[in-house]
Amino acid sequence: MNGKPGNEYLKIEHVCKTFGKGDTRSEVLRDISLNVAKGEYIAIIGHSGCGKSTLLNIVAGLTDATTGYVFLEGREVHQPGPDRAVVFQNHSLLPWLTVYDNVRLAVDKIFSDRKSSAERHEWTVRNLELVHMTHAMKKRPGEISGGMKQRVGIARALAMSPKVLLLDEPFGALDALTRAHLQEEVMKIHAELGNTVLMITHDVDEAVLLSDRIVMMTNGPAAHVGELCEVALARPRNRLELIGDSNYIAARARVLEFLHKKSHYVEAA
Amino acid sequence: MLGLLGLVWQLLCSSPDSALPPPSKVITDTWELITHPFYDNGGNDKGLFWHLLASLKRVALGYSLAAIGGIALGVLIGSSKWAMRALDPLFQVLRTIPPLAWLPLSLAAFRDGQPSAIFVIFITAIWPIIINTAVGIQNIPQDYRNVARVLRLNGAEFFAKIMLPAAAPYIFTGLRIGIGLSWLAIVAAEMLIGGVGIGFFIWDAWNSSLISDIILALAYVGVIGFLLDRIVALTGKLVGRGTVNV
Repeated sequence: MNGKPGNEYLKIEHVCKTFGKGDTRSEVLRDISLNVAKGEYIAIIGHSGCGKSTLLNIVAGLTDATTGYVFLEGREVHQPGPDRAVVFQNHSLLPWLTVYDNVRLAVDKIFSDRKSSAERHEWTVRNLELVHMTHAMKKRPGEISGGMKQRVGIARALAMSPKVLLLDEPFGALDALTRAHLQEEVMKIHAELGNTVLMITHDVDEAVLLSDRIVMMTNGPAAHVGELCEVALARPRNRLELIGDSNYIAARARVLEFLHKKSHYVEAA
Repeated sequence: MLGLLGLVWQLLCSSPDSALPPPSKVITDTWELITHPFYDNGGNDKGLFWHLLASLKRVALGYSLAAIGGIALGVLIGSSKWAMRALDPLFQVLRTIPPLAWLPLSLAAFRDGQPSAIFVIFITAIWPIIINTAVGIQNIPQDYRNVARVLRLNGAEFFAKIMLPAAAPYIFTGLRIGIGLSWLAIVAAEMLIGGVGIGFFIWDAWNSSLISDIILALAYVGVIGFLLDRIVALTGKLVGRGTVNV
């Protein structure tokens, strides 16, 4: 089940999660283990309600695991922190702050003692440049589109210089064209910065296009890691060139088969 | 619309035996008051400006105390389940007590009209501020809390950067209801405590059968109540930075 032993950067060990007590007790995750190497891009895919987001929240430290541990660079994770920046599904920008101030808030908090005010300004702008949002720095989240909000959410997460970037269905709420566009940008940023990324998705093409490995989760209750799939595709990747690529087709087929054959959607869950 | 209402009023009250004066008579009767709002003959015989100013001063003091206390208590019961359970039932009972019912008690406690009136304003305005602030705090989306947790904002930073701005729309709803109730309560309280103030002026005019003076004072009370509401709403707009819709 472990990918690259001896090369662990982020390590998830035997994580279980149950919610509630007594009769209402429900087991969401059962014995999840996963090793992620530095710079690796991991996609976690599974049906809705299988506990993907719970797993991401445990890695983020927003939810506690019932049993099991998460280690980052050998240190146990038990509370949230900027070293594991989250891009939330619904962007979670603060509506009373401008685009710039949303990112600046994070930069000010994290680099207050390491960077001067001018450096923090520069760093804020640089991260907004990465997602091409400098033109709307003075606007508030209510005045920009959903795709733009998600870009700002990504900029805010990147500005924290995280060790691991956690993406919780970051493009789920976007239309197909905007989604494709943002996927390209995330690939570019990943190539440029070499971030370690853990991304939750339910989109097979997105998982295959973006990631180095795909973690396929079985349906809940008591979801666990069903299969792992290495995506043996050279980077940089181009979605049009990949359409006919045999590795691409094989990886895509494998994930689809897992989702639709081996892991039937359980209505009762 | 205003002209039409005035016309109907003029027609209704024009007969010599009507109980209330028509608008034309109100204006001629009160011309002295309208044109000389600043006269001061000592005692309670002052221009309308001074009466209104005295009332506004009481409201300003009582309402400011209510705003500070109300937001503080609202934050407390909004962020602590225990404080909510302990204090909410008490607040729900206390807030139904009509403002004037507090007046005898506060007169007994303070033995003076001035602090009693301010206390009545305070106790009237504080409930909607507490309750709305608490609801606003409870309704802060989990997403904002998660952002704060990832950034590891400390208590003071969370309060200033997330809690207050996120709850601002609710807080300002409470503040607007509060200012309206304050203005309602001060007029009634002043009728009872006497001294300088627009409430006393109205009561005094009634005792002297100066119906026109009463009507003029009511017009002033209405306009100032409206202005107070707009001022609080506008403050909300400025402070809320686009999130407070008024």
